[in-house]
Amino acid sequence: MLARIWALIIKEFLALLKDKASRVVLIGPPFIQLLVFGYAATFDLNQIPYAVYNEDAGAVGRTLVAYFEGSPTFHQTVFISHESQIAPSIDNQKVLLVLHVAPHFTQNILQHQSGQIQVLIDGRNSNTATIALNDVSAIINQFNQDWMAQYGWAAPPALPEIRAWYNPNLISRWFIVPGIVALLTLVVTLLVTGLSVAREREMGTLDQLLVSPLRPLEILLGKALPGFIIGLLEAGLISTLVVVWFHVPFTGSLLALILGIILFLWAAIGLGLMISSLANTQQQGLLGVFLFLVPAVILSGFSTPIANMPEPVQWLTFLNPMRYFLVIVRGVFLEGAGLALLWPQYWPLALLAVASMSTAHWRFRTHMG
Amino acid sequence: MITAQRLHALVRKEFLQILRDPSAIAIAFVLPVFLLFLFGYGVSLDAHHVPVAVVVEQPTQETNEFVAGLSQSTYFQIHPFTQLTAARAALMRHEVDGVLWLRSDFTRALLQQRTAPFGILVNGVDANTARLLEGYLQGVWQTWLQQRATRSGQILHLPATLENRIWFNPALRSRNYLVPGLIAVIMTLIGALLTALVVAREWERGTMEALMATPVSLLELLLGKLIPYFLLGMGGMALSVCMALWLFAVPLEGSLGLLILASALFLLVALGMGLLISTVARNQFVAGQIAIIVTFLPAFILSGFIFDIGSMPEPIQFMTHIVAARYFVALLQTLFLAGNVPEVILTNAAALLLMALIFFGLTWRQSRKRLD
Repeated sequence: MLARIWALIIKEFLALLKDKASRVVLIGPPFIQLLVFGYAATFDLNQIPYAVYNEDAGAVGRTLVAYFEGSPTFHQTVFISHESQIAPSIDNQKVLLVLHVAPHFTQNILQHQSGQIQVLIDGRNSNTATIALNDVSAIINQFNQDWMAQYGWAAPPALPEIRAWYNPNLISRWFIVPGIVALLTLVVTLLVTGLSVAREREMGTLDQLLVSPLRPLEILLGKALPGFIIGLLEAGLISTLVVVWFHVPFTGSLLALILGIILFLWAAIGLGLMISSLANTQQQGLLGVFLFLVPAVILSGFSTPIANMPEPVQWLTFLNPMRYFLVIVRGVFLEGAGLALLWPQYWPLALLAVASMSTAHWRFRTHMG
Repeated sequence: MITAQRLHALVRKEFLQILRDPSAIAIAFVLPVFLLFLFGYGVSLDAHHVPVAVVVEQPTQETNEFVAGLSQSTYFQIHPFTQLTAARAALMRHEVDGVLWLRSDFTRALLQQRTAPFGILVNGVDANTARLLEGYLQGVWQTWLQQRATRSGQILHLPATLENRIWFNPALRSRNYLVPGLIAVIMTLIGALLTALVVAREWERGTMEALMATPVSLLELLLGKLIPYFLLGMGGMALSVCMALWLFAVPLEGSLGLLILASALFLLVALGMGLLISTVARNQFVAGQIAIIVTFLPAFILSGFIFDIGSMPEPIQFMTHIVAARYFVALLQTLFLAGNVPEVILTNAAALLLMALIFFGLTWRQSRKRLD
């Protein structure tokens, strides 16, 4: 039996790698994607383009503006001297926000009154706007604290001390990049398995396989193992690059990560083979892969939190292997998680793997009978 | 070079093929509705009922007033604790996303006119959510400061006070920008899926050679492939826009005519990309693999739909220029939320036109070369 499976694995690898384009598709993109997406996918803003509309001629206004000029988060791109210039700058996306220092700002503050700062911001991308507003108020808070301390204003009655666990500087890349391990592993496994059975069916070679002495389970394993081997290699290499290249801390147990990768791979392969065995043509197979892959990525918690989804959509995510694996990689990389803490993520993955492989196996058998 | 009769016959042939394997119709009409429905509800950056542990070591009138600010907001879901260690354990088990810690000497410090420190602890793994949570918790603190000053008959003076004017989306409803972005991502998939396999299938089955042996010109052949799928795609696009307007209540500030024009341009690019993929790959398996890699993830991550392009490193920003969805996302977000802003619309539409020309030019060259 082993010899037969071995022969099948070799056949599958040959089928996958004999086409030059297919070889390139499987090997090149994961690493290019890791680099490109790793740098691209961040919620942290830097170089926010802004303009200052300063109606206050005094020194305090200039001091406040200097706080923004000194911040790496902000980058002044437009100079505004008249109110009429504000709208076109924001409309045409030359600036994300305009900082308006109200008249008498200096005078008010020197008289121990409040001076007013107005922020006009482009809300087209509401998340960017929210983050930018947070950054603006952080700078204004800093200015206020410095000014109050320096000029003897009464201190506020309570002050927060803020700490962030696991990611003290709140670098969103630390959150996203381990997620890319999950993302690319899923894509590669689906590429290998998702169309493979459909292709054989469309070409008629599946029937040849089924009339051979091979048992359906052996054919299934022959289809699954190349995906597993390629997926395991790529997941391992990508995880290494996440630590070595992106300097994301690895604080948890390596064993917990490896177990997670193995279970995730089997779940993803099972789903890929299930889709592939249910499709009659490659076009249907490709459609099935997309219908699974796109929701699996978008509703996984990779970029937007699952907690923000409405309840029924949250239930759907329980069928999504990426949901569990994301908790595992982020837990292992950032939170120092070990096997015990991740148990609630392991068993659903194992269940998904068994269920999807059984479905694929059943489709093979009924096709034969 | 083009005769109406031959073109008509080709379009008819393609439509017959579409009707025979209805998966193309499913791709054009069912897929966008299904995906937009799922994602329009599912993808949101607006958090609500965020579980927060509130540790009050010694409840007093003062601490009650402070905590009252949290319980009034729908943003938080409060889990009361009396000891920090228990709250920290809850944070570790992901039962809460943040901890607000009022120490036992909080009230005493307030009464003695000392500055009372209080702790905010967040799980920083999801940095974006953590930062928003910090911002909201600080907002509770500032509201409390104001109320406290008002109650004691004083006016709270901070040197600089901040007032926000948010244009185009005053309530910062994330759905208003996510839904137009989702339309761009979904239509990228639809366009490529529709055409990625059709030409590859003809090559694989040898019917392409048969077609080429006929008097049909290459241009007619490409147009014959393009026209049916273009019509299908525009149908899917129309459905998506209707859903955005009526189901998700996204306002349309710009003109419908421009929206249709922009969609048509984008669809040409997406279909052109699919045609190019299937012409280059010449077999369905590889065409399918390439389509998965070059359409979905770039449109999702590099289009500015969710991650801000301006914050990416320069080389990556440069690369986003070859992602067609980028221009369509900018067009849709502006047309839906800001209106007809000539500069934004012209530059992005020109970029799409250029990309469409490039894709069709390359497809043309690739197909012709093999004729020899």
